[in-house]
Amino acid sequence: MIRFIVRRIFAAFFVILAVTIITFLLLGALGNPAARLAGRNANAAEIHLITVKYGFNKPIWVQYYNTMKNIFTGKAYSYQQGFNILTEVKHDYPATLSLAFGAGIIWLSLSVLVGTLAAVYAGRLTDRVLTIVAMAGVSFPPFFLGAIFLYFLGYKLNWFPLGGYASLNHPWQWFKHLVLPWATLSILFIGFYSRVLRSTILDNTNEDYVRTAHAKGLSDNQVLRRHTLRNSMIPIISLWGLDMGQLLGGGAILTETVFNLQGVGQLAATAIGSLDVITIMVIVILTAIAVVLLSAIVDILYAVLDPRIRLG
Amino acid sequence: MATAEAAGTSFSEAGAAFESEGADLPPGVGPWKLAWRRLRRNKVALFFGFVFLVLVVMCLLAPVYSHDIAHTGPNTEAGLTATVKIGGKVKPVVSADDIPIGPTWHAKYFFGADINGRDTAVRLLYGGRNSLEIGAVATLITMVLAVFLGVLAGFYRGWWDAVITRLADVIWAYPAVLLGITLGTVFAIGGIGPIKGTFLLAPAIVVGIVYIPYVLKPIRAQVLQLREREFVDAARQQGLSNLQIMFRELLPNVASTIVVFIPLILANAILLEAALSYLGAGVQPPNPSWGTMISDGLQTIPVAFSNVLVPGIMLVLAVMSINIFGDGVRDALDPRAKVRIAR
Repeated sequence: MIRFIVRRIFAAFFVILAVTIITFLLLGALGNPAARLAGRNANAAEIHLITVKYGFNKPIWVQYYNTMKNIFTGKAYSYQQGFNILTEVKHDYPATLSLAFGAGIIWLSLSVLVGTLAAVYAGRLTDRVLTIVAMAGVSFPPFFLGAIFLYFLGYKLNWFPLGGYASLNHPWQWFKHLVLPWATLSILFIGFYSRVLRSTILDNTNEDYVRTAHAKGLSDNQVLRRHTLRNSMIPIISLWGLDMGQLLGGGAILTETVFNLQGVGQLAATAIGSLDVITIMVIVILTAIAVVLLSAIVDILYAVLDPRIRLG
Repeated sequence: MATAEAAGTSFSEAGAAFESEGADLPPGVGPWKLAWRRLRRNKVALFFGFVFLVLVVMCLLAPVYSHDIAHTGPNTEAGLTATVKIGGKVKPVVSADDIPIGPTWHAKYFFGADINGRDTAVRLLYGGRNSLEIGAVATLITMVLAVFLGVLAGFYRGWWDAVITRLADVIWAYPAVLLGITLGTVFAIGGIGPIKGTFLLAPAIVVGIVYIPYVLKPIRAQVLQLREREFVDAARQQGLSNLQIMFRELLPNVASTIVVFIPLILANAILLEAALSYLGAGVQPPNPSWGTMISDGLQTIPVAFSNVLVPGIMLVLAVMSINIFGDGVRDALDPRAKVRIAR
């Protein structure tokens, strides 16, 4: 058991390292950034100055080492904007956290509801309607859905503010600003998770232990709650961990940009747009750490819950 | 039974008797034909498959629409003082305070114009062509690479498997959109080798790479299971080389998994391309795509919501049709019958 955990953590570390190296190399393929930083009318002397100042003329592994050292000692500065990247990320993180966890709780509970309903009434009208609704949910890109919500519920009906984020110091404002983003993000995931849950529940219903449970005299409801649902939740929890990891690392970029939440995702978008290499590196590392860590935790949880997995 | 009767006779007579046993029964139906029959009965899936086909045909006819009906190209901007005559009245295409004309429901500017005076309907069809093309090419890239690498990794195991799985993990560690933007921006700015940003192939490659791990892992898992089966041993004894075993024995058995994944990847590829184009890392202006149209339309959202609504609805319709049809395909290939929970 301990060996399993240690192996997972080691593999996680390796993947994070590989991610940083590949990102660095990929962005390094863009060539010497000094020309871009110097501005349009720079002459060769200015470019050379910038190159020496930031060390672009050093071999690539030296640059990589310096970049990583700066990032981990908290001294990483954006070339373009000059701000301290880690301070900026800390500033933007509450928005991303609020969005991710709020939406995560909403979509998990609603997915369980919708998925269970669809499975219990499988093949009948309720199921067909819920399936089509779920399909529609998965087919809406978040920026389009967000635009529709903003236009009809924000602009026309004025029920919600038109984007932006309010800190937790003003709880009611914080809530009002997050309702539409939560709805946008949740609909996407509910569509996906409810269908996974539905098919997992249907698969489990064929298993022998369910037949035994019925034979013991448990009602359909009791069988569902005490046996089937518990086992069907395992893949859902695993997926939830992975998706939360992605969101926490800036994966909610589309929702954040549409609602202008100034979260980590939006920071990533602007950084990539202006090719701010160091910021991109920091956010990519953050994402990779979040995803890999959460996936390792979920794997370990998985092994704890289901003894069959431990041997794998 | 024929074998019982033939117990005292020679092998050839027993074999002949056995073979002729089922001669009067109707011929069996293979699994693909059965699946096709099941699909034919699923009216909803067929309807949405048809809807998608209609969308594809419409977008392919974009040049016809642009040339013969609207008389304008997708990138032709109307001049500052351009006007259009609707039902007798002359209206400016883009008014003095930058409000583009709304849907006219006539041949010219059927869905209205965007802020630059371009015909939204024409751009919609051309953009659809781009979006669907990129989605299709990306799907091809993903499926070919994922199947090839997945079969390789699952069959050979060892070193091949370790390298390919680690590679897949690294790609998968990035959220799809972030990886797509990074690759897309790199292509758009400098390009890698001959692949430049204004090439439509660049977004296709980006989207194609992102989804490889999604398909590779299940295919590899299935190959890992299949290689332990007896038919692989039998093939080896017959003298088939490793390559032959992979392509003639294993590949047909993962075929149903492949068929199930194709619509799923296509739908996700189209959505990812729209997201990347929306963020500016996909299709580059002035080329239209449903994603760029939504992003452009968001700038004039209070006065011309149709510029956001129209490409958005087309996008949702296309993706939803593929999803529902793909779901029908998956149900048709699933050998298990439906099960009720409530008795």
